[in-house]
Amino acid sequence: MKRTPKETEDSARLIGRRSLIVAGVMAGTGAVLAGRMRYLQLERADDFRLLAEENRINIRLLPPARGLIFDRAGTLLAGNEQNYRITMVREDADDIDEVLRRLSELVNLDMGRLSRAREEMLARAPFVPVTIADRLSWEELSTVAVNAPALPGVTPEFGLSRIYPLGADFAHVVGYVGPVSDWYLETTGDTDPVLQIPDFQVGRYNIEARMENSLRGRAGTKRVEVNAGGRVMRELDRDAATPGSDLQLTIDAGLQNYVEARMIGESAGAVVMEVQTGDVLALASAPTFDPNLFVRGISTTDWNTLNQDRYRPLANKAVQGLYPPGSTYKMIVAMAALEAGVITPEETVYCGGFTELGNRRFHCWRRGGHGHMNMIDSITQSCDVYYYELAQRTGIEAISAMARRFGCGVRHDVPLSGVVEGLAPTMQWKRENRGEDWLVGDTLNASIGQGFVLSSPLQLAVMTARLATGRMISPRMVKSIDGREAGALHGEDMGLHPNHLALIQEGMYRVNNHRRGTAYRSRTEDAAYTIAGKTGTSQVRNITAAERRAGVISNADLPWERRDHALYVGYAPYDNPRYAVSVVVEHGGGGSTAAAPIARDILLRAQHGDVPPPELYPADQRREIEDLHERLPLRPAPPVDGPTGGSSQA
Amino acid sequence: MSFLEYTVKSTPNGLRKLLYVNWALVILLTAVASIGFLMLYSVAGGSMSPWVEPQMQRFGMGLVAMFVVAMVPIWFWRNMSGLAYGISILLLLYVEFFGAIGMGAQRWIDLGFMRLQPSELTKITLVMLLAAYYDWLDSRKMSRPLYVLIPLLIIAVPVMLTLRQPDLGTALLLLMGGGAVMFLAGVHWAYFAAVVAAGVGAVTAVFASRGTPWQLLQDYQYRRIDTFLDPSTDPLGAGYHITQSQIALGSGGFAGRGFMQGTQSRLNFLPEKHTDFIFTTLAEEFGFIGAASLLLLYLLILLFCVITALQTKDRFASLVTLGIAVAFFLYFALNMAMVMGLAPVVGVPLPLVSYGGSAMLVLMVAFGLVQSAHIHRPR
Repeated sequence: MKRTPKETEDSARLIGRRSLIVAGVMAGTGAVLAGRMRYLQLERADDFRLLAEENRINIRLLPPARGLIFDRAGTLLAGNEQNYRITMVREDADDIDEVLRRLSELVNLDMGRLSRAREEMLARAPFVPVTIADRLSWEELSTVAVNAPALPGVTPEFGLSRIYPLGADFAHVVGYVGPVSDWYLETTGDTDPVLQIPDFQVGRYNIEARMENSLRGRAGTKRVEVNAGGRVMRELDRDAATPGSDLQLTIDAGLQNYVEARMIGESAGAVVMEVQTGDVLALASAPTFDPNLFVRGISTTDWNTLNQDRYRPLANKAVQGLYPPGSTYKMIVAMAALEAGVITPEETVYCGGFTELGNRRFHCWRRGGHGHMNMIDSITQSCDVYYYELAQRTGIEAISAMARRFGCGVRHDVPLSGVVEGLAPTMQWKRENRGEDWLVGDTLNASIGQGFVLSSPLQLAVMTARLATGRMISPRMVKSIDGREAGALHGEDMGLHPNHLALIQEGMYRVNNHRRGTAYRSRTEDAAYTIAGKTGTSQVRNITAAERRAGVISNADLPWERRDHALYVGYAPYDNPRYAVSVVVEHGGGGSTAAAPIARDILLRAQHGDVPPPELYPADQRREIEDLHERLPLRPAPPVDGPTGGSSQA
Repeated sequence: MSFLEYTVKSTPNGLRKLLYVNWALVILLTAVASIGFLMLYSVAGGSMSPWVEPQMQRFGMGLVAMFVVAMVPIWFWRNMSGLAYGISILLLLYVEFFGAIGMGAQRWIDLGFMRLQPSELTKITLVMLLAAYYDWLDSRKMSRPLYVLIPLLIIAVPVMLTLRQPDLGTALLLLMGGGAVMFLAGVHWAYFAAVVAAGVGAVTAVFASRGTPWQLLQDYQYRRIDTFLDPSTDPLGAGYHITQSQIALGSGGFAGRGFMQGTQSRLNFLPEKHTDFIFTTLAEEFGFIGAASLLLLYLLILLFCVITALQTKDRFASLVTLGIAVAFFLYFALNMAMVMGLAPVVGVPLPLVSYGGSAMLVLMVAFGLVQSAHIHRPR
C-alpha cells in the first residue's frame, strides 16, 4: 500500500500529541497515588500504627493467688493447692480419638467430661488448649508426663484451687469459694476483669465472701503477640499478679474443733469470745458440712442431702439463727430495772406460781412458785414471776433500750453471711409491723425473753461479754490482714453502776455454783475455772390452759420440732473473766440439761487450752465426762504454718 | 512497507545491537524485579523458597526472552501480530474448555516449567494487533464507523473470553489497554467522549435504580460496592482485606517498620501477600520511602517507553511501545489504587514484583518489543 509522506507526518504528529495526553494522564494518576501514599503513610501513620498494634497485641490476664486464711495461732484454714490438670491441643494430636483412648488407659477419666472436651476441641480453633481432666493426683500427672511422646498434643498443667484443710469445722466461719456465675456478676455488679479468667474462684459464703476484696488480689497481665487467627506467637512482657492479702482470724482452730465436735448430734449454735478484746475464738453451728464440696461444684446428691436435712446444716445458727432468748434475757431486764431505780436488790417479790393480768394468768416455770424472791435469788432460780413484776415497773422501752446497749437487736459487724439483727421490740415497732398497740402482756412475755424478743447466739455471747466486763465489747473475727493488726477494739465503759453489775454477776455465779442454781450440775470443781452463767428455755409452742391443768407434757414426750429451745450463756473465770460463751440447742429441751453442760465443757476447754481433765468436774460426773471425751471425734492439732507460727506463705 | 524499512539504512547488525539496547530500561526493570525478590523473601519469613527462587529463574528467562525479542527487527513482529493474536485467542478458547482449575477459574495452561495464563499473553498480542491495524490503515479513514468497529471487535473477543473465566481484572485491563491504543492512534475524540458519557450514565442508572423494582444489580453486588466505598461498614467481612491493607500501609509511616518487621504481613493479617497485596508489605516494611521509590521506578519505566515511542518514526513501533506502556501503567496503578483503598478489590498483580510466571514473562517479552523499537529506531 502506498502512503504519502504527508499522511505519515500527520499521523506521527497526531500520535505524538495523543501520547503526551496519555503521558499526562499517567503522570496525574501517579501523582494521585503518591498523594494517597502521603496521606496514609505520613498524615495518618500514627492512627494506623495504633491499629496495627491493636491487631497484633493481645492482653491476657494472669490470675492472682488468693490470700490464705489462718487461725489465731497460724494454723492454715484456707489454702491454695496445686490443681493438676491435663489439656489437649487438637492440631498437635494427629488423631484425637486415638490419643484420648491411650490417655484413658493411663489415667481414670470421666467419660462424660471426655466427650464434652472432645466436642469443645472440635468446635474451637485447632490450637486452643482444652482441659480434659483436672484434680488429678501427682502420680497420675507424672504418668501422663512420662508417656508424653505417645500422647501428642497432651500437656500436663497446674493451676491453683482453694482447699480447706480443716474441712467441716470452718464451713460456718471461713465459708467457701465457687466459680463465677452469671448470677454472681449480676448481683454484685463486680466488673473486675479477673473474673473473666476461666476457672476463677470467688468467695461465695462467710469470710471468703465478705472479705473478698482483701483475699482476691489483683490480676496480672501478659502481653502476647497474636496472628490474624488468634494464635499466640510470643510473649512480649508480663506484669505479675498481686496475690490477695493473707488473713489471720481471731478463731482458735483447736477450740473451734472442740465446739463443733461437742455439738455433734444436736442442731445447735455456739459462740465463744474473749471477753476483754471481743475476739471470737470459736463460732460453731451444728451440724456442719464440708466446704470443699462447694469448691468443686457440689453434686446434686450432696446438695439434696444437705438441703433436706431437718437439722439444716447449711444454716449458720450462730449468727443467722433467731431464737427467743428465754431466761438468758433476765439479766437485761434486771439491769434495766436497777438502772431505772424501780427496785432495790433487797426488795422481794412473792412468787405464787403465776401473775394475774386482767383475766389472764402468766405462769412461772415452777408450778408451785418460788415464794419470796430477791434479785439474786431470781437469777439463781430463774423465777419468772419476779420479772413479770420488774417488767411492769420498768416498761418495755427501757428494757429494749438496755437490750440494745448489750448488743441484742443490733447487727454486729462480723464478716459472715446473713448476720441477723434480732429484735428488741418497742411499742412503735409493734404498731408499724403488726398494726396493733403494745399490750402489757407483751411486756411480760418480753421480760422472760419470749414473745417478740429474738436474739442470735452471737448477740447473746456479746451480751455476756458485756455483762462480765461492763464494757462495750464488740466481736472481732479478723485479727490481722497481711500481718497488720485489724481494728482491735477496747470497749469503752458502759457507764453502768458497778454495784448493779456486781449484783447480776453474783446471781450468775450462783446459777452454776449454788445448790439451788439452775445450772448447778454444770459447775466445775476447780476454783480457778469458776463459771458464772444463766440458763434459758424458750418455748416454741403455746401451752394452753387445758394442757396446763392436765399437766404440761414433758419435752421428752414431744416430737423434736415442738420441744423447747435450750439456751445457756456464761463466762469464766468468775473473778477474772476471760471467756464468754453462748450455746443454743434447737429443740434441746431445757437449758440446764441440754445447753449448760455443753457450755461448761466449752468454757473449761477454752480455759484449760486442751481437752479438760476429769478432775475439773464434780466427782459423780467424771466417768461420764471421760466417756464423752473419748467418743468426741477430735482432730489432732494440725501443724502450725501461718504468720505467727512459721513462714507466712509457701 | 513501513517508513522504517527504507529510511533506516544503518540498522546495527548482529551482536552490535547489544550496544544499542536501552540499558537504562534494563536496569530499571531489574531494580523493580529485585524489589520483588526482596519482598517475596520477606513474606516467606526470610526464605528463598517457595517464591524467590522460581521468581528469579523466571526473571532470568524473561531477560533472555527480552533480548531475543529485542534483536529481531520490529517490523518482523508487526508481521507476526495477526498470528500472535490468533494463537492467544486459541489458547484462551483452550483454557475455556480444557484448562485446569485454579482458584476457581480456568486460567492457565501447565507447560511443565510454568503455568501460562493466556489472558496475560493476550494483553500484549491485543496491543500488537491493534498497532499493526493502525499501521496498515490510512489515518484519514480511521474515524469512519466501519474502521472503528473492526478494532472494537478485535478487543471484544478476548474481553468476552476473559470475562467468562471469570477474570474481571484482566478483562478491564484488556478493554482499557485496547481503548488506549485506539485513542493514541488518533481515533476521533467524540467516540471516547460518547463512551465516557455512556459510562457515567450507566453508573448513575445503576445507583439510581437501587431499591426500585427495576434495579440493575443484585443486592449483594450493591453491598460489595458499599464495602468498597466504606470498608468500615463490614470490617470483618469483605471490607477486612481493604482495612487490613490500609492499616499495613499506614503503619509503615515514613521510614517503615524495617525489613521483615512488618507485623501486619508477618502475622497474616494481609491476604494474598505474595501476589496481589505484596505492595502493602513493601509499604509496611519500607514505609513511604519504599513505596514512593517503587512508584518512581515505575514512572521512569513509563518515561523511557514514551521517549522511545516519540523517537521512532514507525507508526507500529510507537503504538506498540505506548500500548505496552499503558498496559504496564494500568497494571501497577490499579494494583496500588486497590491496596490503598482507591479502587475496588479486583485481582490485578503488581507488575514484575508480585509472584507469578506468566505476567513476568509476558511483560519481559513486551519490553523486548520496546527494546526492539528502540534498537531499530531511525538514526
